[in-house]
Amino acid sequence: MKKLLVVLLVVAMAFGMMACAAPAASQSSEAPSVAPSEAPSESSEAPSAEADGGLIKVGIINNPPAESGYRAANVADFEKVFTKENGYDVQTFYSLKNDEQLSAASQFITDGVDYLLLSAAATDGWETVLKSAQEAGVKVFLFDRMLNADESLYEAAVVSDMAQEGKTAVDWLKAQKLPEYNVVHIQGVMGCDAQIGRTGALDAEFAAGTMKKVVQQTANWDEAEAKKIVESVINSKEKFNVIYAENDGMAKGAVAALDEAGITHGVGKDVIIMGFDCNKWALRELLAGNWNYDGQCSPFQASVIDEMIKKLEAGEKLTQKKVISEERGFDATTITQADIDTFGLGE
Amino acid sequence: MVKGLKKLARSQLVFPLFALLLLVIFNLIRDPSFFSLSITTNNDGNTVLSGNLISILNGASELAIISIGMTLVTASSRGQDISVGAVAAIAGSVFVSVLRANEVTVPIMLLAFLASCVVAVIFSAFNGTLVAAFKIQPMIATLILFTAGRPIAYWINGGATPTVESPLLGNIGSFIPGIPIPTPIIIVIIFVLLVSLVLRFTNLGLYTQSVGINERSARLNGINTAWMKLLSFMILGVCVAIAGCIGVSRIGLINHETLLLDIEMDAILAVAIGGNSLGGGKFSLSGSVIGAYIIQALTITLYAMKVSSTAVKAYKAIVIIAIVVISSPVVKKYALMLRDKLVKRPTKVTENE
Repeated sequence: MKKLLVVLLVVAMAFGMMACAAPAASQSSEAPSVAPSEAPSESSEAPSAEADGGLIKVGIINNPPAESGYRAANVADFEKVFTKENGYDVQTFYSLKNDEQLSAASQFITDGVDYLLLSAAATDGWETVLKSAQEAGVKVFLFDRMLNADESLYEAAVVSDMAQEGKTAVDWLKAQKLPEYNVVHIQGVMGCDAQIGRTGALDAEFAAGTMKKVVQQTANWDEAEAKKIVESVINSKEKFNVIYAENDGMAKGAVAALDEAGITHGVGKDVIIMGFDCNKWALRELLAGNWNYDGQCSPFQASVIDEMIKKLEAGEKLTQKKVISEERGFDATTITQADIDTFGLGE
Repeated sequence: MVKGLKKLARSQLVFPLFALLLLVIFNLIRDPSFFSLSITTNNDGNTVLSGNLISILNGASELAIISIGMTLVTASSRGQDISVGAVAAIAGSVFVSVLRANEVTVPIMLLAFLASCVVAVIFSAFNGTLVAAFKIQPMIATLILFTAGRPIAYWINGGATPTVESPLLGNIGSFIPGIPIPTPIIIVIIFVLLVSLVLRFTNLGLYTQSVGINERSARLNGINTAWMKLLSFMILGVCVAIAGCIGVSRIGLINHETLLLDIEMDAILAVAIGGNSLGGGKFSLSGSVIGAYIIQALTITLYAMKVSSTAVKAYKAIVIIAIVVISSPVVKKYALMLRDKLVKRPTKVTENE
């Protein structure tokens, strides 16, 4: 009986190793050639596409869509823009691991792509690959994330500016012209880009004395923790009229605490609710008037890069090295269903 | 009466109760109205109780339930399950996916809860099998799901943070209309009663302890030790499913990355604060439950004191180090010696001399 179990375990482990080995092998040697099969419409015409000089060959390296809702929207955006109809022959590679991304990038370069679009898993280690891209005449665009590499090695970077997101939100809040600002500030995981950026602008207001900090506490992106924090503020009977949560989930947690305490919130009510990320469900709360503001963290960089590639193809020069994605803040009084459909993440 | 007091003094509950009392006194000195209850009307029009006391009892619900299961696992397998948070995320995801696929009604909610229970028990049984049949150390065995659990939860709902909009769900996560006490508190009371009845009227407690104290002799006495370990993991699975469903119901949304994040560490801590040996054997469920409330009271105290975000964990760590060190056998022995010296009562040692 025990022997049988041991044999079963060994078999299971062997299968496990195969399962791990298989994708790794395909990534190092044939990842780019695998990619076209991800776009079924292309696969039948793939050989003719090679012959067809009209198509621009693009290699896209990104993190897998499974990483987050943001990434899923990001990947979908690129799939929507970089299509054969738009004149692109696309190869894609998704991985969370930098070394896998690096080998895929070199493969794309030897494969002779015209453009390499890159959202790196880690910021370091890309210099050599980018240099070999330059030597091979492959033009590189960075999107979503910056790299530790010399500016001359890439054409342009299209990225989010988290500090700007915070500033847009705080400017909106100031424009509300409340008689006083008593802010409950719920932060994300301390030290990450989004937290630092979205905290910065508000901290400046606290320091300047234009707004009063009732509580500033991290909930680590955790909805339930955000609820507890707001509960403790309510229990302390301190006055507050703004909840500034650094993502949608924590804003929802805060609202749950308000609901339980019988405090009204939303347009024209006691407490102003602000969130970030523009999940569809959060924007619907805005439309219903339960929340007041939602700041966008745009995963939509594809069309900007598309424009720049078209410019380069037409022989024009690019003027900017760093392009900040245009990111909006949505106001509950002006948001429309169309906004939700275009800009909302998830479902 | 004196005998009862003496018995209490020797009980392992004395320390956790003392720690809780200290926290309460500290808060009362800091803010005499800290534990005052107030009656408010919530946005659904219900009359409900609110206050820090309610926040503590309410907020500790998931932790209390999981620490009950964790105590049993610790007692029988002499190790801890560190995958509870991840499995709770899986259970919560199943709960949400069933709710989203149907119109939310009471029977559907029961069905969704049962489904999440079944899934959580299967995953816990996987852990239990590794521990009981393959004799892998519990922490190593559960490390697998600790790492893989949240990605699995992601896969169940296809990512993002799906929400469920239903007043019925709010009944579980916050208040049932007409009852002024938060539902999670009621669920904990019912669950604790149920478990203590089971322990009172079955051999579960005795067998679990004997497996943990000496597995060999337990087996020689006819106890199926592997089954007892597996069973404790499956019970933990049920606890995790309940906690996961409560967690989801509170906000009406599943975030597989943050649901009950780091609860495994808090649960292990609750077991330790409760005076239970992490090396298995004898256990006290009430100790672990009190431990859970101590941890939550500490968190709420820090929030109320507005300790800055960056420092919260450091403060928590300091208090916890203090609690664990003071309750360690070395310090306890020293304290007893000190007491004997002060009272100048002849100890047994001097009698022997």
